[in-house]
Amino acid sequence: MNYSYTIWIPLVPLLVFLFTGLAGSRFKPMISGLIGTTGLLVSFLLSLVTAWKFFFVSGLSGGAYSTIIAARTTWLQLTDYLKIDLGVMLDPISVMMLVVITTVSLMVHIYSLGYMKGERGFERFYSFLSLFTFSMLGLVVATNIFQMYIFWELVGVSSYLLIGFYYERPSAVAASKKAFIVTRFADLGFLIGILLLSFYTKTFDFAELTNPQSPVFTTITSTSFMGLSVITWAMLLIFMGGAGKSAMFPLHIWLPDAMEGPTPVSALIHAATMVVAGVYLVARMFPVYIAYTPGALTVIAWVGGFTSLFAAAIACTQFDIKRVLAYSTLSQIGYMMLALGVSGYEGEHGLGYMASMFHLFTHAMFKALLFLGAGSVIHAVHSNFMNEMGGLRKYLPVTHLTFLVACLAISGIPPFAGFFSKDEILVAAWQHNRLLFSMEYLVAGLTAFYMFRLYFGIFWNKTPHYHHTPHESPLTMTLPLVFLALGSAFTGFIPFGSFISADHRPFEPEMHLNIAIPSVLIALAGIFIAFILYRKENPVVARFINILGSFHKVVYNKFYIDEVYLFVTKRILFNLVSRPVAWFDRHIVDGTMNGIARVISFTSEKIKGLQSGQLQHYALAFVSGAIILVLIVLYNLS
Amino acid sequence: MSILWFFILIPVLTITGILFTKDGRSARVVAASGMLVQLILSVVLLFMYYAQRHAGNTAEMLFLSDYSWFPSLNIRFTTGVDGIAVSMILLTSTVVFAGIFASWEMENLAREFFISLITLATGVFGFFISIDLFTMFLFYELAVIPMYLLIGIWGSGPKEYSAMKLTLMLMGGSALLLVGLLGIYFNSTLENGQHTFNLLQIAELQLPVGVQRYFFPFTFVGFGVLGALFPLHTWSPDGHASAPTAVSMLHAGVLMKLGGYGCFRVAMYLMPTAANEMAWIFIILTTVSVVYGAFGAIWQKDLKYINAYSSVSHCGLVIFALLMMNKTSMNGAVIQMISHGLMTALFFALIGMIYGRTHTRMINEMGGLMKVIPFLSVAYVIAGLASLGLPGLSGFVAEMTVFAGAFQHPDTFHRIATIVVTTSIVVTAVYILRVVGVLLLGPLKNDHFEHLRDARWYERLSAGTLLVAIAGIGIAPLWLSNLIGGSLGPYVTRLAGAITGLNF
Repeated sequence: MNYSYTIWIPLVPLLVFLFTGLAGSRFKPMISGLIGTTGLLVSFLLSLVTAWKFFFVSGLSGGAYSTIIAARTTWLQLTDYLKIDLGVMLDPISVMMLVVITTVSLMVHIYSLGYMKGERGFERFYSFLSLFTFSMLGLVVATNIFQMYIFWELVGVSSYLLIGFYYERPSAVAASKKAFIVTRFADLGFLIGILLLSFYTKTFDFAELTNPQSPVFTTITSTSFMGLSVITWAMLLIFMGGAGKSAMFPLHIWLPDAMEGPTPVSALIHAATMVVAGVYLVARMFPVYIAYTPGALTVIAWVGGFTSLFAAAIACTQFDIKRVLAYSTLSQIGYMMLALGVSGYEGEHGLGYMASMFHLFTHAMFKALLFLGAGSVIHAVHSNFMNEMGGLRKYLPVTHLTFLVACLAISGIPPFAGFFSKDEILVAAWQHNRLLFSMEYLVAGLTAFYMFRLYFGIFWNKTPHYHHTPHESPLTMTLPLVFLALGSAFTGFIPFGSFISADHRPFEPEMHLNIAIPSVLIALAGIFIAFILYRKENPVVARFINILGSFHKVVYNKFYIDEVYLFVTKRILFNLVSRPVAWFDRHIVDGTMNGIARVISFTSEKIKGLQSGQLQHYALAFVSGAIILVLIVLYNLS
Repeated sequence: MSILWFFILIPVLTITGILFTKDGRSARVVAASGMLVQLILSVVLLFMYYAQRHAGNTAEMLFLSDYSWFPSLNIRFTTGVDGIAVSMILLTSTVVFAGIFASWEMENLAREFFISLITLATGVFGFFISIDLFTMFLFYELAVIPMYLLIGIWGSGPKEYSAMKLTLMLMGGSALLLVGLLGIYFNSTLENGQHTFNLLQIAELQLPVGVQRYFFPFTFVGFGVLGALFPLHTWSPDGHASAPTAVSMLHAGVLMKLGGYGCFRVAMYLMPTAANEMAWIFIILTTVSVVYGAFGAIWQKDLKYINAYSSVSHCGLVIFALLMMNKTSMNGAVIQMISHGLMTALFFALIGMIYGRTHTRMINEMGGLMKVIPFLSVAYVIAGLASLGLPGLSGFVAEMTVFAGAFQHPDTFHRIATIVVTTSIVVTAVYILRVVGVLLLGPLKNDHFEHLRDARWYERLSAGTLLVAIAGIGIAPLWLSNLIGGSLGPYVTRLAGAITGLNF
């Protein structure tokens, strides 16, 4: 089966980026938008064809899906054995990711034709979107971990450019900078992890790195450093990179701020695709984690579990609708991480792995939908704050219904997509760790609560006085909403276990009613509380917040994590490191140099009188010298 | 007559041509044409080099020619190049070409300016093609001295102070270097009883270990001063801040590379045992300078100071990589020299262009320039991204090669040094994004800047040349890496061979 055409899936967006980036400003802005959308349509169709060919035409061989290298070329030879290839690797998860990315990206491209219309820099926006899509596609089809790192950095910079799209707004500039630097810090861990791993395994190639039986692991598992084997260090550092990109606690601080970017960008990058790159990375390296570093997996499970709870709590208190969704994203990615952390490898034991990928897939649909829906709302009322909204169901019928579908999906109400994927995560957690499992039950309730708090707050509640009567968004915006709503409603029925599993062998996950029913009840309870509190204006809310008092304040201020970071960076790194370094360099290092110069010029100033050029002085010195010499000679003689 | 001689001849002819011009306008045209020819010639040299290698010529140096010019001391004009020299020549001609266009608007004594500038370039070209230590030293001095005039006459701010400081510190380095070179000379005696300055001959003779221990520090530090080796780097911020644009470009872009290049081609190559013994001292110093320069840059407000400290950090990485002494890291060191040369030249060019419009280099006095001068701003962002190591631009290739090479040492000392050095990728991101944020983004801070004019054609040409080179290396690095790597064999063998001869 020939898959060499798949290189065009990432290359088309690259060409679009180059074209719109270099020449976009010469045409009408809409031309760039249309070129971008058309280019992405091509990638989307190619991805669908590839998925169909991969799963149904090539299908299983020997009971498992095979891994196909569709293209590969050497980009840089580092040492005799380490080389960086660029290429396309197809396996179940990369093919799934191709579909997810191109679908969401296409929807966002279409949506932005309406949403961004008339914005200054429209063509710049499309060129950045193409750059991002190219990088993200390159990331998921990576044949080796270094290629992944390369595209990892590229998605980071595209995210930077898009968060800072409104570059005249200081808050956007600050947010983009923060996002880049926090993720860069995490990438440092990723890089060191890769270098450590490859130093011992002598390869970057996934073909060998993700095969636990491969002989490359012999030295790295037997070498240890500070009580842990080197491979544990390496895999933890690699996870650090993933945690940064996926905004896991405590590296999550950049994501809520990243909402400064245009809303379609938040939907594409900060909800559906880039932020799940960390999950994808762990899934990609999963065979190594499970075979050699189960301890690291436990860390991953707890980081994921904690983040999901922590973020869900914050989401309940925020008023900026995009920020609520951002914290919700953190929480849901926490779920995915947790699922990987509690997964086994073979057959049924790999449930967590499958569930994680499943949730990634469904989450991409409903979270993109939520963001695009939020964008439609913001477009209509020109505000991000839910306390300035209300009663919008009358004005925005399509947005309202699709948003409701997304809320039901994320809350895990059957038969919407989120129910199926979340249920499997809960089952996997149940089989592994009861404490984590009960945390996730709580999170399920919180999720339903904050989502419907948002839903009722926007579409029901009291209708404030709007300056302009809000009206439904144009077709370019509602069409993607409807498409994604269909996705959120029905993708849950995909038998994911037949396509994705840790060992590439399909299996049939069972439905666990004993876990599913309580989780649905908890979700319904959350919805019910939200209904009581937010369907109409309710004084109980204020009283309730009063009772919680300082606890609410702490949560509302996001547990003051940002302040901690500010303290470390501003106070310690800037004031106690950078400033002294600058001073030291000017005054001590350079001061020494200037001091030497001064001493020399001082000395020469003092002794220059000797070379006065006056004959009398020389004669005097000559005669005095002669007399002294004569005296010495005479003295010695006697 | 070797093709290499043209690299001296063309600048000399260009200078002669400028002497015949009447005003600055025609002088700059002559200068630009001369340097365009030089740039084309460098590309021709590259292909001739490839042709020779494909034909199976495995000699260490190609296009050798030898001409005795001071027989009694056996000083010869010996020229030859390997892949490393070829790549450095390409870098030099690119930067000089861009530099001419960056100083297109030079009004004050333009003819003299271009003459000095091209004299400087002649020195650099001569240095890279020489394999006779004395000739090399001569060209080295030829490159350093015009610097004094260029800063002292065409500079800005406290230019006399800066010019003096820069020249004196570099001359101090030269003095050390001269001691080192003479030490090498007097300890390498050929069969016919004559001493020799010829690199290849000295290498064959194998200097005694005792001699190496004496003269390695002189030679290495002597070159190191020019390569901004901590703590002898302080000429760089002041010098750059006062220097005119093209001089900063050439100086940081090319001249500082002479330091790193000399460090390994002369000091480490001829004295491998001492290099191995003393590497740890310099590894510590360069590790410090990589991080120190980056942190120093965070606090600066003057664009040129920021870039000067950034250069301390990046050039520190060059010497650090050389001292890791394996093929990968040394390859990375050379790529880093080229990458840093290109991007720092681009930075200085853009800083000069921005300064020419806003008449300030203080970032806190500017802001929101992206809106008024988009071309220059976008170019600045790309240069910044190259500097912080974005894949697809040259900095990434260099850094990753260096890190991968440095990671080949499993012992704790090297490991820790390497990890400390890698942290610079984060600190670099901090100061680059800070500058971009304050200088280019945000609302326009000063209303007077509202009608600034974006880049003119010659400015676009200057920045564009460098941008193309940066992206070219970043997107397709393999040719460069192979070009350099193919010539590193003798160095690695000698340095590794010297370790086994060590007795601790």
